[in-house]
Amino acid sequence: MAARRRVVITGLGVATPIGIGMDAFWEGLLQQRCGIRRVESFDPSGLPCQVAGELPPFQLGDFIPKSYRKSVKVMSRDITLAVVCAYHAVVDAGLHTKCIIERGEAPGPPNVDSTRFGANIGAGLVCADLNELAGALSTAADEQSRFDLRRWGGEGMSNLTPLWLLKFLPNMLACHVTIVHDAQAPSNTVTCAEASSHLAIGEAFRTISRGDADVCICGGAESKVNPMAMARPALWERLNTQDNGSPQRASRPFAADRRGMVASDGGGLVILEALDHARARKARIYAEIAGFGAGSNSVSWSSPDPKGRWLILALQKAVADAGSTIEHIDLVAPFSAATPEHDAAEMSAWNEVFGSRLDQVSALTTRGALGHNGAGSGAIDFAATVMALYRNTIPPSLNTSNPDPASRFRFVQGDSKDARVRQAISLGYALAGGQSAALLIKKFEE
Amino acid sequence: MERRVVITGMGWVTPLGHDLDSVWRRMLAGESGAGPTTLFDASAFPTSFSAQVKDFDLADFLGDSAAAHDGASRNSRFALAACAMAWRDAALSAFAALDPTRVGVYLGGGEGPLDFQPFAAAALAGCRNEQGETIPLNTVRWAETALRVLTATNELEQDPNMAGGHIAVQFNAQGPNINTLTACAASTQAIGEATRLIRYGDADVMIAGGTHSMIHPLGVTGFNRLTALSTRNDTCLTASRPFDRSRDGFVLGEGSGILILEEVEHARRRGTRILAEVVGFGSTADAFRITDIHEEGRGAIAAMKAALDSAGMTPAQIDYVSAHGTGTEENDKIETLAIRRVFGEHAKKVPISSVKSMIGHLIAAAGAVELITCVLAIRDGVVPPTINYNLPDPNCDLDYVPNQARRLPVRAALSNSFGFGGQNNTLVLRAVAD
Repeated sequence: MAARRRVVITGLGVATPIGIGMDAFWEGLLQQRCGIRRVESFDPSGLPCQVAGELPPFQLGDFIPKSYRKSVKVMSRDITLAVVCAYHAVVDAGLHTKCIIERGEAPGPPNVDSTRFGANIGAGLVCADLNELAGALSTAADEQSRFDLRRWGGEGMSNLTPLWLLKFLPNMLACHVTIVHDAQAPSNTVTCAEASSHLAIGEAFRTISRGDADVCICGGAESKVNPMAMARPALWERLNTQDNGSPQRASRPFAADRRGMVASDGGGLVILEALDHARARKARIYAEIAGFGAGSNSVSWSSPDPKGRWLILALQKAVADAGSTIEHIDLVAPFSAATPEHDAAEMSAWNEVFGSRLDQVSALTTRGALGHNGAGSGAIDFAATVMALYRNTIPPSLNTSNPDPASRFRFVQGDSKDARVRQAISLGYALAGGQSAALLIKKFEE
Repeated sequence: MERRVVITGMGWVTPLGHDLDSVWRRMLAGESGAGPTTLFDASAFPTSFSAQVKDFDLADFLGDSAAAHDGASRNSRFALAACAMAWRDAALSAFAALDPTRVGVYLGGGEGPLDFQPFAAAALAGCRNEQGETIPLNTVRWAETALRVLTATNELEQDPNMAGGHIAVQFNAQGPNINTLTACAASTQAIGEATRLIRYGDADVMIAGGTHSMIHPLGVTGFNRLTALSTRNDTCLTASRPFDRSRDGFVLGEGSGILILEEVEHARRRGTRILAEVVGFGSTADAFRITDIHEEGRGAIAAMKAALDSAGMTPAQIDYVSAHGTGTEENDKIETLAIRRVFGEHAKKVPISSVKSMIGHLIAAAGAVELITCVLAIRDGVVPPTINYNLPDPNCDLDYVPNQARRLPVRAALSNSFGFGGQNNTLVLRAVAD
C-alpha cells in the first residue's frame, strides 16, 4: 500500500432548514429546533406528503463575488445551495480563495494554491424548474391540448433559454464552486443519491491522502422541495403521508411508529486538508478523517437488503481502514431514512457490527429535525458529527423518544449531553441503487 | 509496493454494433453509425439525426436473467450488456475463488431518459385551465396528473446510480459502488478513480466504464438550444467532422463501454489474459467559465500533464492519442492547442483521432468506449481514423489520421475527455510485456 498522508477537517459549511452556516445550524440542533413545516414555496395540496424542510431565505449575492452575479441565471436551486455551502465552508476554514478576496473579506494573495485545491461535490438528479419547463412545453400543445413533438421541435423549444441544459447537469454544482473559489485540482461529481456526500468525502480523503491535492472541498447538495422531487418518492411510497397535520413530528427515524421520510432542501460542504498544509497555515483543526469504507447491495437495486449486509461491509471497512476497533468509537451517526424497511435494514447492520457497544455509546441523527435532501444530507450529518466530536457535546436527536424495539441507538433526548468523543463513525447509503459508504473521524492529536 | 492495475476484459454497446471485434472492424473501415433519429419524432427538431444503438436486446447478453431487469432504463440495459461481455471476456465467471466483497463498480452513468410523454402531459395539465387557456403553473393540477401518469419504476430508473445497482446485483459485486456524472468526462473519470481504488487497496477488481443515452426529446432540446449539435440533417453520415474546418457541432450518440480493471497480481494468479495496464490518470477543473473552455486550454493541459506524470512517462513515449474531438468549433481548436503545449515537438508526430466521427458523442459513456479503442489499438497495432476529414483548419494542424486507419505499433496511448463546465480527465495506457 502506498504511503498515506494524514488528512484533517478544517472547515464546515451547511445550509439546512434550521440554519444556514455551521453556527446557526449547531445552535438550532442544541435548541431542538425542527425545520419541517407545511410547504410554503409552492402549493403542495395535490401531493400526498405536504410537509418538508425548507430553508430560511438568503441572498445569493452574499456568497459570490460581484463579478459572478451574471452567472446566477444559469444556476438551478441545487447549484445555489452548493455555492452557499461552499462560501460557508471556505470562510469557516479561513481559506482566502478568489471569491473571498474579491469580496474584500480577506487580503490577497490566496492562501491555497489553486492547482492543489480540488473539489468532489455530490449531486442528485437535478429537477428542472417546472415553472420554466412546463410553461415552455405548454406552448407546444395541439388543438386537443395534447403535447405535439413537432410543434416543440419547430417553435416550442425556442421558449427555453439557450443555456437551459446547463442549469440541470449535476456536475454544474462542482463547476460553479470551482470557478467561484478557483479550485483547479481533481474535480469529481459523485451522483449516488443519498450516498453521494459520504462517497464524495471519502474520495476527497483518498485524493489528499495519496498526494493529488492538498485541500479539497467536498460533500453534496440537493433540493428536494419542489413538485417533481416530492412526486417521485411519493410514487415510491417512501414519504410520510400521514402527518401533514403535525409536520414537527413527521420525520421519526428508528421510531416504533415511523411512517416514512420527509423531503428537505439543503447541503453540506466540508474542507479536507493535508495535515501538513493545515499546520503550515495554522488552521483550526476540527478532527482527523481516518477511515473510509464503501459497499454495494448485491441483492436488490430497488430496496434494502433486510440483513443490511451492504451497510455492514461499509462500516467494517471504514473501521479497518482507520486501523481502529469499535471499542474506540464513542459516537455513531446512522443514516436514518425513517422509512420502515430502510431503518430495519440499517438497525440490523449496526447491531451486527457494534453489538452491545451500541448500548454504551451515544448516537446522533439530524433526520427528525431536517428530513433529508438526497445528495446533501450525508454531509450535513457528517458536519454535525464532526462538531459533536470537536466540542465533546452530543446534541439531542428530535423525534427519537419512542424507539423501535430493535433499535439500540442511544439518541440524546432533551438537553445536549457532554461526553468525550474519541472517534465517531457516520454512515450514508442510497435508498435505491445499492451504494453505501461510511466515514470514521477521530479527535485530532499531534 | 505500489499495486498495479490492468485491464482484463472489455465490452461495449455502440451505434456500430454490440460485439467487440465487429465494431472494431467497422471503425477501422471508417463506417458511420449515424442515421435519422427514430427513438422519437425528431423530424421538426433543428437536428433530426443521431447515432442510435440498433437491434439491441438485453436477452442476447443475459439470457433468461434479462427478465429480472424488466423496467430498467436504456442506460442500465446498455451497461448490463456491455458488462456481461466484459465479464465473459475477462473469464471471471470461470473464477470460483473470486471474493465478491473485493469486486466494485465505478460507472460514469448518465441520468436515465425522462419519461417524456407523461411528463409533458402533466406539464400541460398544470399550465392549462378547463378552458384550455394557458395559465401560470398550477402545482395542484400538475400533481393530480403527474401522480396518475408517471410510474414508480420509470422515475426510479432515471437516477444516475441505478445502472451500477443493476450491475452489482447481476454480477454479485459487493465492493465500492460509485457513479460519477462529470458530463462528457464521466466514464474516463470513472475508470481513473476505479484505478485509484484498486491501487489504494479498496478493491481487487473494478467494473468500470460508462453508459448514457441522451437521444430523447429533452436531451436533444438541451443540446440544440446550446447550438452544440450538427444540423446537417441531409448528410448525416458525414455530419460528424472532428477537426475539419467545416465542422458544425457534434452528433449525439448513445451506448456503453465497460472494462474490467484488476490488480495485476490478482490477474496473474488466476492466469487470465492481460490486455493493457492503466498507468496514468489526471483530473482537473478549468475553474474558468460555465459556458466556455479556458481559451488556452489550461485545464486540459493540466489533466494531460498529470496523467503523464502519474504514469512516469514523457509525451514522446505516447504512440497514439484518442482525442475528445467532439466536432465543435471550440473543443477541437482548444484541444489541439492543449496537445501542442503538452507534447511540444512530438505533437506533430503523434497520431490523433476521434472515433466520435463514426459513433458520435456518447456523452457520459464516450470516454470508456474510446479507451476500449485504445486497448484494441495496442492489441492490434492499428489506430482508427477520423472520418469526414476533408478541409484542413489552420487552428487544427496536427495529424488526425484522416479517413484511413493506420498500422503502427502502439505501446502506449493517451485518451482525453473534457466535460461541459470544465471538468477534464485524461488516462494513459501501456502495453504489458508478456
